[in-house]
Amino acid sequence: MMSRTAPAALTPREAPPIPAGLTRGQLLEIYRYLRLTRTLEERLVALYRQSKVIGGLFRSLGQEGESVASAYALERGRHKDFLSPLIRNLGSMLVMGASPIQILRQYMAKATSPSGGRELNVHFGDLELGYLGQISHLGDMIPVLAGIALTFKLRGERRVALVYIGDGGTSTGTFHEGLNLAAVQRVPLVVIGEYNHWAYSTPPEKQFAVRHLVDRVRGYGIPTSTVDGNDVLAVYAETRGAAERARRGEGVQFIEVKTYRRTGHAEHDDQHYVPAGELERWARDNDPIDRYVLRLLDNDWVQARELADIDARVRAEIDAATDACVDDPPPQPESALPGVYADPPAAPLHWYRSL
Amino acid sequence: MADVTYLEALREGLREEMARDERVFILGEDVGLYGGAFKVTEGLMEQFGERRVIDTPISEAAIVGAAAGAAHMGMRPVVEMQFIDFISCAYDMLTNYVATARYRAGLSTPLVVRGPCGGYVRGGPFHSQNVEAAFFHTPGLKIVYPATVADAKGLIKSAIRDEDPVIYLEHKWLYRRVKAELPDGADVLTPIGEARLAREGRDLSIVTYGATVWKALEAADQLAQDGMSVEVLDLRTLVPMDDAAIMRSVRKTSKVLIVHEDTRTGGIAGEIAARINEQAFEWLDSPIMRVTAHDVPLPYAPTLEDFVLPQTEDIVKAARWLAKY
Repeated sequence: MMSRTAPAALTPREAPPIPAGLTRGQLLEIYRYLRLTRTLEERLVALYRQSKVIGGLFRSLGQEGESVASAYALERGRHKDFLSPLIRNLGSMLVMGASPIQILRQYMAKATSPSGGRELNVHFGDLELGYLGQISHLGDMIPVLAGIALTFKLRGERRVALVYIGDGGTSTGTFHEGLNLAAVQRVPLVVIGEYNHWAYSTPPEKQFAVRHLVDRVRGYGIPTSTVDGNDVLAVYAETRGAAERARRGEGVQFIEVKTYRRTGHAEHDDQHYVPAGELERWARDNDPIDRYVLRLLDNDWVQARELADIDARVRAEIDAATDACVDDPPPQPESALPGVYADPPAAPLHWYRSL
Repeated sequence: MADVTYLEALREGLREEMARDERVFILGEDVGLYGGAFKVTEGLMEQFGERRVIDTPISEAAIVGAAAGAAHMGMRPVVEMQFIDFISCAYDMLTNYVATARYRAGLSTPLVVRGPCGGYVRGGPFHSQNVEAAFFHTPGLKIVYPATVADAKGLIKSAIRDEDPVIYLEHKWLYRRVKAELPDGADVLTPIGEARLAREGRDLSIVTYGATVWKALEAADQLAQDGMSVEVLDLRTLVPMDDAAIMRSVRKTSKVLIVHEDTRTGGIAGEIAARINEQAFEWLDSPIMRVTAHDVPLPYAPTLEDFVLPQTEDIVKAARWLAKY
């Protein structure tokens, strides 16, 4: 967090009301998730550089705000609302109840990881807690979450599903098919379109001939809105509104969040395609966590010391989680065979392996 | 008891499972108000309501994806492909998302994708396909292909009850062509993974499935007049395949003809031949031979379609060649 000196208050003043019906405790909780996301990813970078992370590392630097805020707008807990994160929505998974140690174990492909070392990074889920990791084929989660929302509708459950899609992902067929099916069926679905300026190395102007993601979505007969994705409270308020609307049975809403991907597609990517100065400008002027902290402190909603306490607790939590799993064993090779089907229980071992 | 058609048996299977289990619902193109392009789902919307028989946009990927999401949440969706040819539009969703779900994420995805397959009906390149080989290669999907009235019903019921995703391939040439008595109201279930001995014989085994079961039986009748005793094995399930039943028959006859309607290269017959080679090589008295469609898209004109597809007389000729080997 940023350090700043408290203004010399000559006359005590009332803090302005907190927007969007949030409490002071919730503001601090949101801050904790933002800090947890960033600190966890910083730890993953360190582990990546020590070659402890297997394969690629995907960061959400610059997008923590919209990820955390959109998830925080849902009803959370067992058998409540549901979301599907992309690789840059780590924060949303943490909000829904994924723990840092699960993420660390996933990235290090440990036997103890949620997928038992079968899948990468944030590609895992917990149906009870309400999150379901993506597959790499962008767009596919839109129909899947449409089906989850359809289930809520068919069963008359007052639950909402939320799914993320990037600017590049809106070019896939499954995005359009899924959004249209969801719109026609009026299922309780919120779609967060993340305009983060880069699909790997491809800028939006090579991805679509319109200016905004909402322009692509206008044909589906659903409400759309655009929000500053690095304004945590604005994303929260907009998502909360869409979720409540969906919960009332009024169908799908698409929210475009304007944000910026400040790291490469993955850690290996040197971002040579990014115009000079752009990364620095977004980091300096438009970091979602910095902006959130300024807002909290400027309005006297929280004390700087409270944020510093959270920072320290988060660091300790990530340290403890890392220590607890960094030496976990890799999966046993033979554990690769079971579980393709419920029945038969395991794929057969090839004959030459037992010669 | 009246005779029912293959199509009616399939519909009855769907109806019984929907009545038995409220988690079962149908989604697809024109399945509700219209009752399906071939009327497989006729009457089901009237009986179960439009929340359980859902007419969808023309979006096969979205239909399968939505079914997967619903299946994760405990529903039992049955997806209709209007013609199975269109399942290729959902290939990504089935092979990447659905097939891997249990393995990579422990997700239960009990859904059924079913639809009319096959030729002999002058449907041309896009209304006649057999798609089993495209999915046979992907671990995580089960594939069933009924040839008889009893199995049309028994396999749809088993597929719906199965904990894994099942592709149910129904042959449109059989829809109204085969009829049989089915015991009224009985719980006819065909176990997934078990082949059926359609005809017992001593001299030669024909391993087949789908419409060509009937062609093989016709051929076996003709060959019997020459004194040849032909065994016909109807696989019924392609994944998981009943290797034991195949090897039993091979050990009995020592000569194998594999017959399928699908094209040859990369078809199921190649895999069956490889398994026989690995598991029963020493029992063979002749090469394992294939009768299949020629490796071309299926053409429309009757003269062309009949030429490309395997016919009863092809099976007869191939069997005689093998008998003399």
